[in-house]
Amino acid sequence: MYKYDNYDQAIVDARVAEFRDQVNRRMAGEITEDQFKPLRLMNGLYLQLHAYMLRVAIPYGTLDSRQMRMLAHIARKYDRDYGHFTTRQNIQYNWIKLEECADLLEELASVEMHAIQTSGNCIRNISSDQYAGAAADEVADPRPWAELLRQWSTFHPEFSYLPRKFKIAVIASPEDRAAMRLHDIGLELVRKDGELGARVFVGGGMGRTPMIAPEINPFVKADDLLSYIEACLRVYNRYGRRDNIYKARIKILVHEIGADEYRRQVTEEFAHVKTLGIDPPLAELERISAFFAPPAFDAADVEPDRSDPDFAVWLDQNVKPHKQSGYAIVNISLKPIGGIPGDASSAQIDVMADLAEKYGFDELRVTHAQNIVLPHVAKRDLFAVWQALREAELANANLDLISDIIACPGLDYCSLANARSIPIAQKIATRFADAERQRDVGELKLKISGCINACGHHHAGHIGILGVDKKGVENYQLTLGGSGAEDVSIGKITGPGFDEDGIVDAVEKAVEKYRELREGEERFVDTYRRVGMDPFKEAIYG
Amino acid sequence: MVEFRYRDDEVTEQPSVTLDAFLDQSNATAVRLEPDDDARKLIPFLDRLTLIEIAFPKFRDGRGYSSARILREAGYTGELRAQGDVLVDQIAFMRRCGFDSFAPEGSLNPEAVERALSTYDQFYQKAADAAVPVWKLRHG
Amino acid sequence: MKLLTGNELGSGAVTWWTGSGWSIHVEDAIDVGEGGEAILHAEEGARRVNAPYIIDAIPTPEGPRPAHIKDRVRALGPTVRPDLTLKPADPAAGDWII
Ligand code: HEM
Ligand code: SF4
Repeated sequence: MYKYDNYDQAIVDARVAEFRDQVNRRMAGEITEDQFKPLRLMNGLYLQLHAYMLRVAIPYGTLDSRQMRMLAHIARKYDRDYGHFTTRQNIQYNWIKLEECADLLEELASVEMHAIQTSGNCIRNISSDQYAGAAADEVADPRPWAELLRQWSTFHPEFSYLPRKFKIAVIASPEDRAAMRLHDIGLELVRKDGELGARVFVGGGMGRTPMIAPEINPFVKADDLLSYIEACLRVYNRYGRRDNIYKARIKILVHEIGADEYRRQVTEEFAHVKTLGIDPPLAELERISAFFAPPAFDAADVEPDRSDPDFAVWLDQNVKPHKQSGYAIVNISLKPIGGIPGDASSAQIDVMADLAEKYGFDELRVTHAQNIVLPHVAKRDLFAVWQALREAELANANLDLISDIIACPGLDYCSLANARSIPIAQKIATRFADAERQRDVGELKLKISGCINACGHHHAGHIGILGVDKKGVENYQLTLGGSGAEDVSIGKITGPGFDEDGIVDAVEKAVEKYRELREGEERFVDTYRRVGMDPFKEAIYG
Repeated sequence: MVEFRYRDDEVTEQPSVTLDAFLDQSNATAVRLEPDDDARKLIPFLDRLTLIEIAFPKFRDGRGYSSARILREAGYTGELRAQGDVLVDQIAFMRRCGFDSFAPEGSLNPEAVERALSTYDQFYQKAADAAVPVWKLRHG
Repeated sequence: MKLLTGNELGSGAVTWWTGSGWSIHVEDAIDVGEGGEAILHAEEGARRVNAPYIIDAIPTPEGPRPAHIKDRVRALGPTVRPDLTLKPADPAAGDWII
């Protein structure tokens, strides 16, 4: 894992001091809310329905047990004993006090964490593959590149007042576990003639106009990366629309001028930017990469004893193959039936930290599906890990099943919401509580957003649900056929919306239709793609 | 009115003209760029300019940061002024993009400006100022 | 009726104008009629409240009921965590929101 040096620490510490000063000036009335708001937002502090909400960055979703324990400590001391892990691999606290926020950030800084640029029209936390460093299919660990980008984007003087927020994802596997092409910039590391470089996709996103990013460059070399991304951003800063907040994301620019014209402009800008010497030498990428060297794997390859049936089910569902023999990737689902997707109590966060320390080379990951991963667990320890998880009510064996729902905070917390998301997730999970039925249905990614901003990725759900406001009453639209993986696609609306109970029935009808129509090993989304919308529509509305 | 200036030379007395007026064969030595003006159009004329004023009608509109850097990258050494909705918490970024004078609409507390400019000693990126980026400090 | 609401500047807590000050209980809120704007500006200026706004509500025997569900969620707390609402002992309290 990356460790701060004195430079990194000095920058984060200075930020805490600066924010403390900004808060003091706001409390003293030297600046208005209008002036303070962009400052607090650049520090991840929102005003939400019940209180201030703080979003803490978990760069590329990676953290160690000390940092994880700090998240638990913050939940206990400054919040109400829990946190919410988000689709952007961050954690949100819902009950933060402005007057305590600087103290909180100071504690975070003591474990090399911060809330810098977790909101605002700037470059946000860089997201990545939760299996980085563990996945068998990766060409390299994407995190050194993500860390390089984290440093470059932190307090970037030119790109802190962009037309709109800017999200970058880096992956290094053909299998996309990070919804890479639904980001403003998506990078996929690839090898060409042995050399590592990045395929660059620009202009993806969700929100009210979901778009899949087109490829803008098939191969950018490591020592050109920052110049190239800088050129991408500069073209956006210059031409991105500022007249209409709903058209301000880069996806609209790329869409309006076309990928070819955008590419032409970036190429022209890059030719200039590359002369400026802004790219660090490769030695910097090597320095960072050294922190991500594989841990000292030494466990023998033993198959776990499957005699406990519950353990066997969990193994099959939540444990994934590791590139190192003798090891496995453990997914901890934060989706108990009837629970709040992505929420974890301080005690649970501590348990996960302990397990990482004891069995997982001190590493944890947060996934965009709002789950936690222990990326390197020796197979011989899987049973012990499972027992400890079960004790903490964290052994939900439902990874990628219909009850492993992504849901945004919705109207229970979010001031922009039209409808509640969490109760819908709870009702659907409860309806499908029967574990065997869920497993029979197989991989089904259900994603719920409480408004068109799409924080819950509903466009990318095999089944997506969008909350809308129908004359003051909560109403839910259903979409089918989306995907945020390498088979990326945007879901289509089935038809008229439903009330709270209606949407649960509609989901069940769609799922039953799939069970009736599926062939062979088809997943829900495969069947949908083969047969189209009509049979589902008929089942739902007929 | 210029409130903060980080240069030693004389203040240009000449009023600045718009980009269109300048390109229209003006022999003015001071130009004012609006957010949607393309700063690159000034590149052929930089050696006869002593002042380029970049307007920030709204602080949220960050196009002027790119304009400033583009001009500095092209070798402009005259005065580069940020004018308009310029707030204390933006001045450090503006300095890094090459601005060396500030004419904020609302008056700013000089102490707060001084504090904002001295908050950070280290910077991750190379920009248009003299700061040495952290990666260079690490690798020499 | 019209209510004036906002969040406390320092704590962020949801708060309601009572005619002489602020309360976290919507039951204490009074009808500000047409006078809301003036109070809003004065209170915001005095930094007693953040992001205040005026909402419609319906008077009921139990007190004002905000017209929009969003403000009812604000008034009580998250429907999915009854333990964190202003009425943790009353599991049916959430029915008031819907
Ligand atoms: C509760 C406070 C939140 C607020 C006010 C908020 C606000 C927004 C807004 C306004 C957008 C639309 C941006 C646009 O289209 O330009 C957005 C998009 C998004 N948010 Fe949130 N959000 C919140 C919470 C979350 C949470 C909890 C998550 C993760 C679970 C999240 C993840 C995302 C993602 C993934 C997108 C889509 C990005 C895209 O459009 O490409 N947000 N959010
Ligand atoms: S999708 Fe809408 S309701 Fe959900 S968190 Fe985002 S902004 Fe809030």
